Amino acid sequence: MQEFLQQVVNGLTVGSVYSLVALGYTMVYGILRLINFAHGEMFMVGSYLALSTVSVLGMGQVASGSLGGILLVFLISMTAVAGLGVLVERVAYRPLRRASRLAPIVSALGASIFLQNAIMLIYGTRFKVFPEKLIPQISWEVGGVKITLMRVVILVVSLLLMAALYTLVQKTQLGAAIRACALDHDTARLMGIDVDRIVSLVFIIGPALGAAAGVMVGMFYYQINFVIGWTYGIRAFTAAILGGIGNIPGAMLGGLILGVLETLGAGYISPGWKDAISFFLLILILIVRPTGILGERVAEKV
Amino acid sequence: MDRYLKAIPPRAWYVAAGLLLVVYPFLTNDYWIDVANFFGIYAMLGLSLNIIVGYAGLFNLGHAAFYAVGAYTTAIINTTFHVPILWLVPLSALTAAGFAYLIARPILHLRGDYLCIVTIGFGEIVRITLVNNPLGLTGGPNGVLGIGRPSLFGLIIKQPLHFYFLIWAFVLLIVLGTKRLEESRIGRAWNYIREDALAAAAMGIDVARMKLLAFVIGAALAGVAGNIYASKMAVISPDSFTFWESVVMFSIVVLGGVGSIPGILVGTFGMFVLPELFRGFSSARMLVFGAAMIAMMIFRPQGLLPSQRWRRAMVDETVGLPAAGLSKTS
Amino acid sequence: MNLLEVHELTKNFGGLAAVKDLTFQIASGEIVGMIGPNGAGKTTAFNLITGIYPPDRGGVRLEERPLVGLKPHQIAVLGIARTFQTIRLFQNMTVMENVMSGQHCRTHQGVLGALLRTPKQRREEETICEEAERCLRLADLWLVRDELAKNLSYGAQRKLEIARALATKPKLLMLDEPAGGLNEKESAELMDLIKQIRQSGVTILLIEHDMSVVMNVSDRIVVLDNGEKIAEGTPREVQTNQRVIEAYLGREEDDF
Repeated sequence: MQEFLQQVVNGLTVGSVYSLVALGYTMVYGILRLINFAHGEMFMVGSYLALSTVSVLGMGQVASGSLGGILLVFLISMTAVAGLGVLVERVAYRPLRRASRLAPIVSALGASIFLQNAIMLIYGTRFKVFPEKLIPQISWEVGGVKITLMRVVILVVSLLLMAALYTLVQKTQLGAAIRACALDHDTARLMGIDVDRIVSLVFIIGPALGAAAGVMVGMFYYQINFVIGWTYGIRAFTAAILGGIGNIPGAMLGGLILGVLETLGAGYISPGWKDAISFFLLILILIVRPTGILGERVAEKV
Repeated sequence: MDRYLKAIPPRAWYVAAGLLLVVYPFLTNDYWIDVANFFGIYAMLGLSLNIIVGYAGLFNLGHAAFYAVGAYTTAIINTTFHVPILWLVPLSALTAAGFAYLIARPILHLRGDYLCIVTIGFGEIVRITLVNNPLGLTGGPNGVLGIGRPSLFGLIIKQPLHFYFLIWAFVLLIVLGTKRLEESRIGRAWNYIREDALAAAAMGIDVARMKLLAFVIGAALAGVAGNIYASKMAVISPDSFTFWESVVMFSIVVLGGVGSIPGILVGTFGMFVLPELFRGFSSARMLVFGAAMIAMMIFRPQGLLPSQRWRRAMVDETVGLPAAGLSKTS
Repeated sequence: MNLLEVHELTKNFGGLAAVKDLTFQIASGEIVGMIGPNGAGKTTAFNLITGIYPPDRGGVRLEERPLVGLKPHQIAVLGIARTFQTIRLFQNMTVMENVMSGQHCRTHQGVLGALLRTPKQRREEETICEEAERCLRLADLWLVRDELAKNLSYGAQRKLEIARALATKPKLLMLDEPAGGLNEKESAELMDLIKQIRQSGVTILLIEHDMSVVMNVSDRIVVLDNGEKIAEGTPREVQTNQRVIEAYLGREEDDF
């Protein structure tokens, strides 16, 4: 039982990372009906930028980073990646908005390959390591379950960011504009909404959240390499599909469920099959219930 | 430029290409012959995926799975039962086709981008399964070693030059076969489905069956490519069948020209031979490749050498239509 | 003998009855018009008959053979061909190739035949082309056979859809607003084409908003309103029917 609870806690930590990244997929899909294959790379770039910031600031060398320093790392990484997101949208997606469905898929794959190799050229192919002392190694025991500080940070930061996003989308005028665009671009335009601006906004929010996840993954696992964009990306995408793509609470829920299932699977079945779990789940959902848990079934007009 | 190219009769092109194909290996060294060999293997993969993506319009980003099934079928049976490689060609085709039949059936109704994702999933599951080696057959991460060489009329095919002729014979056969399919009722049915599946169904075409057929035949040809790859390399491991292999095959089809056989060959050339020529910049070549994929989609979405059909469409749009009293009124 | 029998056909979309208890018959060789205000359920009725939607209740029989539960392509094979209200041609294929699609379900050569180019396969390809030629000549499109479908004028596209449907050798041809968007001259050509098709022995059911076309070509007319049949009869009977007049006058957008 204790082991089970421990696995659930671990799963929730990983899952909240998936949720953050999944939000980027789901929001872009909601607005543009586009699978942003390059989104995983946003997460990866975010992680590398955090690494650079940490080493430039000399954090974690002798003592753990100050709260202000850590916040600065988040801020720099999230801002830069948001800019990158907007850039990718402008260059690779916007010119293709009226093209066939094939074109944006290829373009997105191209953007993904480009970013991955750019990072590889800059940082090299080896694993990069975060300083161990960056985050204080504090942990607590609750009922036999070990909870480290970093796990708490990941959970709390993720939940805070998600709550902020949810409030933005549901309670503000800007959020109403986003929702209107998700329903119908032309109608939204008629209502005086600048659709291009909303698309840009989505490409700011999604990558920024992905970058935050990347920063935390780097700090938590200490080491990163240039393929994490793909490995985390495909899982986050599964989470988005699981929750119902285009649906924001769905992405959050999907991420947590996937994280827990994966950790339990790795613990009770075999770690070798851990990677396959998300793919099995992905295929299963798409075959059985393509709309996901919270998605709505939309009748196709003939 | 285009006008002068068009003035050359197609037959002349075929003759020139045929001559070049025969003469080429005698003008170069083993290194460049091997480049041509891999060009040939990927051309087969591109042609096989073209049936699925180009003709039937089904976005398959997991084609490496079928390639892997073919390669491992050959590798395992050859190393355990010593069945000659070339006898295993039909068997590799068959297992890959059977595998495609099983996995494609439940997912055919999915829309374009969802199909894309599911095929990625299958591709990865196959690779992970090969790594995990559940039945002790695949050799885990190290793969299968000591795969035999093909032999033909007593000649053991081992040197790059011998492989060159074997591989390109297969490429030509596949070109001929897919060309004939393209011009048949089956090929047209795939095109109808790509254009408008509902209208195709209303015309009495069994859409699900034809989509399945496209998957099965495409997979069978990928299985053949897998057989040849296994015997060429003598060692295969899961690393040769990653997601990026699938992306490369998909890119060959899209960059070369969806549904166009010459396009596939040009696309493969662009993917394999050009990077070889610029080997000095090899570290940046994937970077350039990624950027090229984006640029292609923006500036030339129909591919480098689009099928006649698409080319005609492009010409008509720029020149206008002199047809019998029909003008665009809508 | 009745070619098509529709019996109490019903379909709800989210609790809203799109088609309700629709019953009518079509005799062999007839031209039947189906009219009604926008949203009356005409296209839905078409989609139910051709198997695109499964009905909630009721039945459709073609020559006594029940069609409910069959897939669209199976229904096409049994002898119902249709056109679409929003033109659904194979846009990037030639006019000829479009019409050749109709012959797909009447031919049988498979992959092996195509790969080996057997004499049988070549003969079949010839038959496909001959049949396509027949349909294109009938629709007066033979001269533009090598054009891409998307480059045709709107009127020619409508005719091409009809030619394509005819190439399946249907017993019943269902036309969904064939005159939609056509000018007067094109409409007149269309009426000639419809009558020619009937003469060749094909039964026709058509939805049409252009009253001059429906009244001119139809032997009988079925009128729908809010998913229900409100009248049926000869064009003259329908034109003077009180319920029909109310149904049309009761709405702002009317084509009467």
